[in-house]
Amino acid sequence: MPERLQLKIMTKEKRQIIIFLVFALAILIAPFFLQGSYFLNVLVFVGINTMLAVALNLLLGYAGQISLGHAAFFGLGAYISGILTTRFSLDPWLVIILAAVCAAALAFVIGFPILKLKGHYLAMATLGFGIIMYIIFNETVGWTGGPSGLSGIPNLHIGPWIFDNDLYNYYLIWIITIIVMLLSINLSQSRIGRALRAIHDSEVAARVMGVNARVLKVQIFTVSALISAVAGSLYAHTMSFISPVSFGFNFSVELVTMVVVGGLGSIYGSFLGAALLTMLPEFLRVFQDLDIVIYGLMLILMTMFMPGGLISGIQSMAESAYAKLKGKTSSNA
Amino acid sequence: MNSSRQLFQYILSGLSNGAIYALIGFGFAIIHNATGIINFAQGEFVMLGGMLTVFFLAILNLPLVPAIVLAIIISTIVGMTFERLAIRPLKNAKPLRLIIITIGASIFIRGAAMLIWGKDTHALPAFSGNDPLHIAGATILPQHLWIFAVTILIIIASRIFFNYSIVGKAMRACAYNSQAASLVGIDVKIMVLLSFVISSAIGSMAGIIIAPLTMTSYDVGIMLGLKGFCAVIIGGMSSGLGTLLGGLLLGLLEALGAGFISASYKDAIAFIILLLILIIRPEGLFKKKEMERV
Repeated sequence: MPERLQLKIMTKEKRQIIIFLVFALAILIAPFFLQGSYFLNVLVFVGINTMLAVALNLLLGYAGQISLGHAAFFGLGAYISGILTTRFSLDPWLVIILAAVCAAALAFVIGFPILKLKGHYLAMATLGFGIIMYIIFNETVGWTGGPSGLSGIPNLHIGPWIFDNDLYNYYLIWIITIIVMLLSINLSQSRIGRALRAIHDSEVAARVMGVNARVLKVQIFTVSALISAVAGSLYAHTMSFISPVSFGFNFSVELVTMVVVGGLGSIYGSFLGAALLTMLPEFLRVFQDLDIVIYGLMLILMTMFMPGGLISGIQSMAESAYAKLKGKTSSNA
Repeated sequence: MNSSRQLFQYILSGLSNGAIYALIGFGFAIIHNATGIINFAQGEFVMLGGMLTVFFLAILNLPLVPAIVLAIIISTIVGMTFERLAIRPLKNAKPLRLIIITIGASIFIRGAAMLIWGKDTHALPAFSGNDPLHIAGATILPQHLWIFAVTILIIIASRIFFNYSIVGKAMRACAYNSQAASLVGIDVKIMVLLSFVISSAIGSMAGIIIAPLTMTSYDVGIMLGLKGFCAVIIGGMSSGLGTLLGGLLLGLLEALGAGFISASYKDAIAFIILLLILIIRPEGLFKKKEMERV
C-alpha cells in the first residue's frame, strides 16, 4: 500500500514537471509562429500581468488575504526605476534590485499592522494604502512628473543587446515570468505553501498546529510586493514612459479580477486570467469602454458560479475527457 | 479678521462634507450590522443618486422634486436587485467571496453609468439658488443649509424607525443575533433586503444633496464611498451618533488640512486617518464596551 502511494506521488510530481516544461516550451517557441510584432507586444504585457497576478495570487489565493492596493507596489517599482535611471543615471539592473528591496521593505513594515486586520477591514486598509500611494505618485511632481508622467526611461541592455524591440522584450519578460512562476509553484508546494493554505482555511487552526500565522502572512505579503515591484521596473523599462493612471485603484481591481477569473490558488490560473484580461480589450476594440462593465460582470459571475476560476473548469473538463477515453480503451481491451 | 473668516469658511464646508460622509457611513453600518458585509458598492448608490437626478432634470426636464424622488426610487431598486441576485444566493459565503462580489457590483454599476451618461462631469443646480447668506460676517450657501437639514432629518427619522417601529426593532434584533431573531419569527431574509433598501436610499439621498456643491460624474462613488467608510470606522460601525461625529470630524480635518497644509493632499488625509484608526483603534474612536450597533 505505501508503495502504491509513493508511486502515485511520483507520477503526480512527474506530471507536474511535464506540464511545466510543456508550458515553458510553448512560451519560448511562441514568437516563431507570430509574425506580426503587434501581437508580440501584447504578449509582453501578458507576461508582466502574469507576474503581477502570480504575485497577488500568493497572497490572495494561497494565504486568503486580500489586497486592493497591489498596483501601488507595481507603481513603486516602476517609479523607483524610472526616477533613478533618468535623473541619476544609475545602472538599471542595480536599480531593479534596489526597487525590489525598497518595495519589500515597505511591505514588511506596513504588513505587520495591516495584516492584523481581517476580511473586509483588510480590504479597506490595503485600498487606503493604494490610494495614498497613488496620490503620492500624482502629487510629487518634481520627482514623478505628476499626472503627465515620466518619460525617457532607458531600455535595459545586457552588453551589446538592447531590449528595445518586442522580440527581445518578449524573451526578457517571459524568462523572468517563467522563473517567477517556477519559484511560486515550488513555494506553494513546500511546507510554507501548506501553512499558507492552512491559514486560508482557518487561521486559528493553523496557529494551533504551530504555524506562525502573523509572521508568515507578512512574509508572503513581502514576497508578493517584491515580485510586483520587479514587474513594475520591467514595465517602466519596456514602456520607457510611465504615468500614475497605470497604478491606480482600477488596476488593483483588475489584478484581483485576473486572479479570481483565472483561479484562486493556481499559478497557471493566474496566467490564464492575465492573458484573458490583457487580450480581451486588445482584440475587441468595441470593448473600449465596455471592458470595465465586463470585468464587473466577470467578477460577479465567476464568484457565484465558478469559484475555482477558469483553471478548475478546464481541469474538470480535461478529467472527464480523460475518464471517457480511459473507459473507452478499457472496454476495447 | 480675514483669516478668522477663512477659518469659518473651512469649518463650514468641512462640516457639510462631513455630514455627507456620515450619511454614507450610515449606509455601510446598516448593511454591515444586518449581514456582516462591508458593501463596496455603497459609493455607487451615492453616485446613482446624483447622476439620476441630473438625468431626470436635464434630459427629461422634470421638476426638481419628482426628479429627486425618482432618483431615490431607482437607486433603491438597484440596491434591492443587487441583494436579491448576488448577495442572497451567496449567504454564508466566506468574506473573501463577498468582498469580491461587492467589488464586482461596484465596478459594474460604475461602468454602466459611464456607458449610459458618458464621462462628463455634471452640475446639479442648487435647490434654492446660489445667493450666499451672510451670517456674522461669513457667507453660507443655501445648499449647506439643505445638507444640514436633510442630514438631521434622516438621523431623526432613522432613530424613530429603529427605536419605535416594529420593523426597525426587528432589524435591530437581527443585528444582535440573526438566529435568535429568526426563532422568534422575524424573517431575516426580508430584514437583509430591507437593510439594502434603506442604505441605498440614504446613500442616493447623500449623493443628491452634495451634487450641487461638488459636481457629479460616473466615478464620484469611489472617493465618497471610501470616505463614508472612513466615517463609519471612526464611529465604530454604529449608525448613530458615533458615525455622525466620525463624519464631521473627518470633514473638518480634511477641510482644515486642505486649507492650511496642502489642497492636493486633501484626499490622502482621509486615508491616513482611516489606516491609523484601523490599526490603532479598530473598534472606533467613541466605542465603549457594548454600544448599540444599529
